[in-house]
Amino acid sequence: MSATAAVPLSTPHEPDGVARVLAERGHLDGPLMPVLHGVQEALGCVPSAAVARIAQALNLSRAEVHGVVGGYPHFRPSPARGPLVQVCRAESCRSMGGEALLQQARAAGHCTVEPVYCLGLCAQSPALMLQGQPHARMTPERLDELLSDAGDFR
Amino acid sequence: MSVTVYVPRDAAAKAMGADVVTAAIAGQAEARGLSVRIVRNGSRGLLWLEPLVEVQTAAGRIAYGPVSLADVPSLFEAGWLDGAAHPLRLGPTEEIPQLKRQRRLTFRRCGLDAPLAPVPWLGLETALEMPPQAIVQQVADSGLHGRGSAADPAGNLWRTVAQAPSARKYVVCNAGGGDSGSFADRVLLEGDPYLLIEGMAIAALAVGAARGFVYVRSEYPHAVASLERALRAAREAGVLGCSMLGSGRSFELELRVGGGSHVCGEDTAMLESLEGRAGVVRAKPPLPAASGLFGQPTLIHDVLAFAAVPTLLEKGAAFYRDVGGGRSRGTLPFQLSGNIRHGGLFELPFGLGLRELVFEIGGGTRSGRPVKAIQVGGPLGAYVPESQWDLPLDPDAYAAKGLVLGRGGIVVHDDTVDMAQLARFAMEFCAVQSCGKCASCRIGSTRGVEVVDRIVMNHRRPQYVRMLRALCDAMRSGSQCAIGGMTPLPVLSALDHYPQDFGLVGEDARAA
Repeated sequence: MSATAAVPLSTPHEPDGVARVLAERGHLDGPLMPVLHGVQEALGCVPSAAVARIAQALNLSRAEVHGVVGGYPHFRPSPARGPLVQVCRAESCRSMGGEALLQQARAAGHCTVEPVYCLGLCAQSPALMLQGQPHARMTPERLDELLSDAGDFR
Repeated sequence: MSVTVYVPRDAAAKAMGADVVTAAIAGQAEARGLSVRIVRNGSRGLLWLEPLVEVQTAAGRIAYGPVSLADVPSLFEAGWLDGAAHPLRLGPTEEIPQLKRQRRLTFRRCGLDAPLAPVPWLGLETALEMPPQAIVQQVADSGLHGRGSAADPAGNLWRTVAQAPSARKYVVCNAGGGDSGSFADRVLLEGDPYLLIEGMAIAALAVGAARGFVYVRSEYPHAVASLERALRAAREAGVLGCSMLGSGRSFELELRVGGGSHVCGEDTAMLESLEGRAGVVRAKPPLPAASGLFGQPTLIHDVLAFAAVPTLLEKGAAFYRDVGGGRSRGTLPFQLSGNIRHGGLFELPFGLGLRELVFEIGGGTRSGRPVKAIQVGGPLGAYVPESQWDLPLDPDAYAAKGLVLGRGGIVVHDDTVDMAQLARFAMEFCAVQSCGKCASCRIGSTRGVEVVDRIVMNHRRPQYVRMLRALCDAMRSGSQCAIGGMTPLPVLSALDHYPQDFGLVGEDARAA
């Protein structure tokens, strides 16, 4: 599947996640960010088909919604493939070899690697999050273990 | 009788295996027929000891740490539930030197109990009995300043918002500015979220706001979940909602999550994000205090400033003012990180020196190598040279030397670090994060990366060093917010104090 292929708006667990999120959060003051978070939680990403639906429901142009999605690195247009690894690139993790971990995770190939700028685990650098679980004082060996464990669960 | 065991639920403890340790403690206790009550508390901030497990004994709380899964059986064998000796035994928690020498005000409850354990709400109760002007006066008298880049006296800000003629006002907490190396917000949100809620409720009373927002970074999912639970519990307990503590005064507080954009650490960019737009800085004036969220008067602080409010209401302005020295009152939670042996969060009065903090409390580098560089104040803070390591860590003393204290984040690097690469990274970070509004930041940061690369590869080095300085000058004076305006601080401090890393030696170094 290429990154540009259409992402279906329904999942087996959720026949229409976008409609549910819009019903739950569309009435909030400044609803766009909460709606986008809700859609990404439901679908694993904010696909372009959802952008059109959100724009219509919130009385915004597609360009406005697209601009906001693109303005925040957290939102992704297509789902993560394989386990999601978020590796911290900030100064503190750099001081303890965080950059090497980033390269290692990228080289592993079977996971989606996202650089992040600080997970707030600076006193135990280097740190990363694997599928939302934090891991600190990482070493190349520990990362290997984690990545192969994560691979098994794919 | 059941023994209480505390295992932190802070992300820093989870990241070191606190969840599996908790399960193992429960499993071992059951297998041995021992009755154990496990409390998942917040973190004490002694993060190199995480998971720091505490056992409630007749002689007080005894700490063991760092506890790994493999240690649990031997701890039971040793009889740790009675506080017995073990290689991991640290003694009474309160006697751990790095905890004992702290002056914990904001973090006084953090780590003592479960984050949602009932709290007395004394500060809010006091505030509910005071006229709004008196609350504002208390805050002004206490000398409380915002922390971070917006270090203005809180009293002035509160008065401005309180006097703004508008029926609709907001209080907003910007927890979106968790700079690298500054994790105090995260620890507080996870360990004592009620303190922030209480501080914001008091602020709402003082300025006449009925609604508030907390904007938390998406990189802190555990803090988001913790605050969400706390907000729900506070609503159910009648602390938030249409009648705060039965007073008939209403305050609704909502949580909003950012999207990985560091510009939203700047208050007006955060307001844009709250309103549903990309995080782009607004031109000032108008200041948010006059026209902020949805065009209404808005009081904005960071987490630590709001969290200081309950204490100063409860104990009085004078109490708060008399901690710390100079113009900076109260305490600052210093966060020691990077290549450091004893990294963590240490709440201390302003005024300690960097040398004392890094070597006495922090124990030097984790690698055991000499310290080469210390960055103070997050990714936009300067690398403080050794000649300034004895300067008191105080915003005024730092400002006088052209340095910033920021939120008290301190990142240590050992002698293997290449300062030219750190300068390059500062520019790269700025290029990634720039919202694009100001050309000096948007273009300057990308050019900055290229210029550092050319200096390093010795391509017309002297000219490019001059260009780097010119570029930094343009960024500093031509950017509306701190991202572009302060990126020159780490870049130029690296260049000035570590010219050899840029290939500048002898004549070149002096000329640069």
